[in-house]
Amino acid sequence: MWAYVVRRCLIGVILILAMTLVTFALFFATPIDAARYACGKNCSEEQRNITRAALGYDKPVVEQWAGFIQGLFVGRDFPLDESQREAAPDQVTHCGAPCLGYSSFNAKTINELVADALPVTVSLAIVALVLWLIGGVLFGIMAAINQGSFLDRGIVGATLVIYAFPSFAIAVFLLNYVAIKWGVFPYPKYTEIADGGVFEWFGNLLLPAVTLALLFLAGYVRMTRAFVLESLTEDYIRTANAKGLSQGKVVFKHALRAALTPLVTMAGLDFATLLGGAIITERVFNYPGLGLLTIQANAASDLPVMVGVVLLAGSFVILANIIVDVLYAVIDPRVRVA
Amino acid sequence: MTTPGTQVEISEIAVETAATVTGPVVSKSPTQLAMARFRADKLSMFSFYVVVFYVIAAIAAPILVATGVLDPFTPHQDLIDEQSLPLHPFGGISLEHPFGVEPRIGRDSLSRIWYGISFSLSISVLATLIAVVIGVVLGIVAGTSGGWIDAIIGRFIDLTLAFPQTLMLLALSSVAVAFITTVLNVPEGPSAQFVYVVSILGLFGWTSTARIVRGQVLSIREREFVYAARLLGARPGRIYFKEILPNLWAPILVQFTLIMPAFISAEAALSYLGVSVRPPTPTLGNVLTDSLSFMSDNFTYFIIPAVLIALIVVCFNLLGDGLRDALDPKSGR
Repeated sequence: MWAYVVRRCLIGVILILAMTLVTFALFFATPIDAARYACGKNCSEEQRNITRAALGYDKPVVEQWAGFIQGLFVGRDFPLDESQREAAPDQVTHCGAPCLGYSSFNAKTINELVADALPVTVSLAIVALVLWLIGGVLFGIMAAINQGSFLDRGIVGATLVIYAFPSFAIAVFLLNYVAIKWGVFPYPKYTEIADGGVFEWFGNLLLPAVTLALLFLAGYVRMTRAFVLESLTEDYIRTANAKGLSQGKVVFKHALRAALTPLVTMAGLDFATLLGGAIITERVFNYPGLGLLTIQANAASDLPVMVGVVLLAGSFVILANIIVDVLYAVIDPRVRVA
Repeated sequence: MTTPGTQVEISEIAVETAATVTGPVVSKSPTQLAMARFRADKLSMFSFYVVVFYVIAAIAAPILVATGVLDPFTPHQDLIDEQSLPLHPFGGISLEHPFGVEPRIGRDSLSRIWYGISFSLSISVLATLIAVVIGVVLGIVAGTSGGWIDAIIGRFIDLTLAFPQTLMLLALSSVAVAFITTVLNVPEGPSAQFVYVVSILGLFGWTSTARIVRGQVLSIREREFVYAARLLGARPGRIYFKEILPNLWAPILVQFTLIMPAFISAEAALSYLGVSVRPPTPTLGNVLTDSLSFMSDNFTYFIIPAVLIALIVVCFNLLGDGLRDALDPKSGR
């Protein structure tokens, strides 16, 4: 068992390293002058050279990459150029391990930016996850036990239609009508638990989270429906029915059981993907999470922020994959050998 | 969507018995059987017609624009009031402008949306082609070679999947568009944005195809004709593409119809984030994005492109599901 976990983790580390390398190649090995972006448009040649040295863009890409990896493990000091650090020791910014880089636009390390944005994204993702899991499972079961009926077709059709509308159109529609015109929800604005308490935090999160949950609903309804339908034909369901169990018990305790493993897997991976930023939802509701951070970085061509966020989000996905695989191995011993 | 298999079989038997009564027994190829199954599914047929309609519209649009029938670029300031909204109700719908006019400068909405279908579909078709070609080649190579090549391609798929796609599409745009204009010498503006969207969607969207093709190849490579080819000393290239590839057209076709709608949605989302083709060149995505700021005052302008996107996405998905059910009845859900 432990051998499997170690092997899986090793592959994960290699994947993360490969991802950093590919990202660096994509962003910095192209013949685009990264210093020109970092320094801004009205930058003189001299200032540009200073920026280039400060962020290490004057070095070959492989060296930049090695520096970044080093920063991940032991941290780094910005500006990277030693003579610049000595000239202005009071302006040195220390970026502790795991250092994701430095944004000269914000004059902050990426770690600080992420520390501000991540709680927003995590809050949004958790509430949305709970909503779409409950909704997906309930609607999926409802569709499955009424297979072929009007209700079944209605549920499957409605989720497909919701899925087909562009997510940003649904989000802006909900914001304009449900929140502003009809006033069902307050205008969503992120508040921290520490500021307004759990209720205000949750009330403000609800509409964006519902929007986000709607995007994922179709897949979960479809999957729950398929697995419950499949297990409803099994012998043990007939046995449970024959024992005289109530229908609720048969469906929830026996039929749903078979669907749980794939559902949890899918939910884990989707959740991990969301942690990298619910870009559209955050943009529509102006939620200062990782997605909005990337949008702002993109508008300003702030490459270090984008590299940092992409790598962070990718690591979440790789980590979630490892966790799911290891959980599978715990549940099903056959996986460990394969 | 879920046609009960038994019903189809019964109708096929009925057709065959009718044939025995009236004339000689005619055998049917698997393709003909699949076509019959597909035709029996009303929802799939409906989706098929809708998709064909969109494709014809998309092909016709550039011709209609060139001949002046559609005019997506001329402003009609006389149809716009002081609040930059259309003068007439329902987004300025009139005989001359059946979908109304755009707020602000009053370009004809029908022309913009129709021409936009053309751009949206060509973006998705080209990107899907790239994705499917990469997926098929890597899938065949991984499935046939096995061993360390298979393992490397498998990890490469994991790596591609680990990149957060939307985030990547957004983050890469400034660097990649600069790369496309300076290195590939594509003129700045719509052409460079077009190349960017197509290539980035294609380069990140091939993983599902590679996985499915690999799975299919694993069973095909054990078939006798592949052994025979190997025994005759055929080169790997011949085995990959002359022996194995022709047996894969069914899953490839299904993949194509399922990736297309995902890319149509993705194009719209990218338009919203401002990294797809930008106005004045219309796409379904950027017309819809433009309509968002007028939603409360001019719902018509918003709902028409939104429904048109949803319709093509639903129909492509249903078409893909229908094709999968028809081509591989055992894969029933």
